[in-house]
Amino acid sequence: MSSSTDSTLTPSPTAQRISALHDAAYRIRRHALDMGEVQGQGYIGQALGVADILAVAYKDVLNYRPEEPDWAERDRFLLSIGHYAIALYAALAEAGILDVEELSTYGSDDSRLPMSGMASYTPGMEISGGSLGHGLGVAAGMALGLRHQGSRARVYNLLSDGELDEGSTWEAALACAHHGLDNVTALVDVNALQADGPTTGVLRTEPVTDKWEAFGWHAVRVDGNDIGALLTSFDAVRAHRGSPSVLVCDTRIGRGVPLLETREKAHFMRVEEHEWQLARDQLAENHRDRKESHA
Amino acid sequence: MNAPVTSNTNAPVTSTNAPRKLTTSAMIASIAEEGQRTARAPFGHALARIAEERPEIVGLSADLAKYTDMHIFREAHPGRFFQMGMAEQSMLGAAAGLAEVGLVPFASTYSVFATRRAYDFLCLDIAEPGLNVNVVGALPGLTTGYGPSHQATEDLAILRGMPGLTIVDPADSVDIEQAVPALAAAPGPTYLRLLRGAVPTVLDEYDYRFELGRAAELRTGRDVLFISTGLMTTRALTAAKELAADHIDAAVLHVPTIKPLDSETILRETAKGRLVVTLENHTVIGGLAESVASCLAYAGAGVRIVPIGLPDAFLAAGALPTLHDRYGLSVSAIKSRVQQEL
Repeated sequence: MSSSTDSTLTPSPTAQRISALHDAAYRIRRHALDMGEVQGQGYIGQALGVADILAVAYKDVLNYRPEEPDWAERDRFLLSIGHYAIALYAALAEAGILDVEELSTYGSDDSRLPMSGMASYTPGMEISGGSLGHGLGVAAGMALGLRHQGSRARVYNLLSDGELDEGSTWEAALACAHHGLDNVTALVDVNALQADGPTTGVLRTEPVTDKWEAFGWHAVRVDGNDIGALLTSFDAVRAHRGSPSVLVCDTRIGRGVPLLETREKAHFMRVEEHEWQLARDQLAENHRDRKESHA
Repeated sequence: MNAPVTSNTNAPVTSTNAPRKLTTSAMIASIAEEGQRTARAPFGHALARIAEERPEIVGLSADLAKYTDMHIFREAHPGRFFQMGMAEQSMLGAAAGLAEVGLVPFASTYSVFATRRAYDFLCLDIAEPGLNVNVVGALPGLTTGYGPSHQATEDLAILRGMPGLTIVDPADSVDIEQAVPALAAAPGPTYLRLLRGAVPTVLDEYDYRFELGRAAELRTGRDVLFISTGLMTTRALTAAKELAADHIDAAVLHVPTIKPLDSETILRETAKGRLVVTLENHTVIGGLAESVASCLAYAGAGVRIVPIGLPDAFLAAGALPTLHDRYGLSVSAIKSRVQQEL
């Protein structure tokens, strides 16, 4: 059968891929809102911001077996930023590693899904993050070890722009570059917000891309809420050889829910009881619009 | 009075006496007593040897391979050594990552850097997940004349509170050679207080085998019980021999594993009515003395202990023998303390 040139009737493979990822990102955001509602608060702003990155990672990039989270040949995804666990749990449900039903236990006593991610609690959670500036060092060791063992598995580390304040992040950045670890990809979520306020006022980290390049990394800056751009960038860094890669992802806090996008930016966002349903409605509407604009 | 009052006990002492031969401080000073047999780099050789049998063993160092005897391993197994640069946090994080994928890392640096500087990484990346990472700290306690920047006088105090961490303070080259395979075989994280360079060889004269978590009676005695760890065990043995000339009969219980502590043996041996003296190359705060004291107190054993260890202070720079004498770790200082207490 000849390929169709009429993309309005038969979407191209790339368009199909992007459309499926939009749906996955929508579900991750929806799960995160449901989990946030259970606690009445939380890192929902960050979760909404990073959902597109997680959707692309877990639905398109990472090699893993949902039924066998400890499979030795899996790609590792290290969440340095333990407080983003709410988003990662949603992504692990989307990946089939967690059951969607379990998400409602988020942050509750005896749950496998604590507020800050812990490896010993949750299948698919590779490290216990939370004390920032740890993930990239562990990633360096895993990548050294996997290469030493002849494994093709790759190591991804999601860190935040705030985490660039930590000196240990840069120690590890030196180590990855020195050892030529092209099986490492750092994903920096630049949401420009830290616990004490905007990153520009807390401790200036820009120009972020230049810094990574100066440390010997292959650095690509991308709109972290543009799924098409993320796909292209992930494909490009996977093909890169000889040095570690970093995707510097600009994301927007609260992305996909206008009432939270426009709210005064807060590291730990307060959402009123009546607002959760409103947020879900806005998310669904936003998702429809987004899909239509990409159709 | 206008002159500032200073209580700095570390300041150099100026003498008005006739010029004397100067002794100098050194980064790496030998702890061997005169005439003592020594072995070269026992840790490096032991690690290289066990690595022949265990291909999963890897080594890391933070720009101190040569000074922690790790260079012996690096030369024997170059493909299994990872240089992490002068970056201890990154080294321990990477050691955790290597262990996460099934390797068994030994990571070496100076004790001060492993404990003070990289604590969070040892704690959260290695101890919390319970990984088999073996952290090797050189220059423990007072084994360098370089002053507080390099003297890890409180490393045991820092680390004893870390859940799941096994802590070993070996006495000599024999202890180190036997401890290394035991640490590699132990499933969880460990910290080894490393004696490096020309390390005294003493315990081969005794009926001794290193057993992780077990104290060992090296010498019996009716009057005094020395409970010692690390290099102070060799000093305790010499002091016990010399005290015999004064008709003082001293036993030596060597405690190479500080955590978990062999409480059973300590309780049994301290219940025999002897003067109990603890000896450690560490501040008297938070190390062996307090480990033994709490062990006795928790068991309701009202036994007084005499702690020989370093003072709760930042210590001076200088030549090691001078400093050991000044701070009470020398054999003569041990003997006079015992005579004073009996």
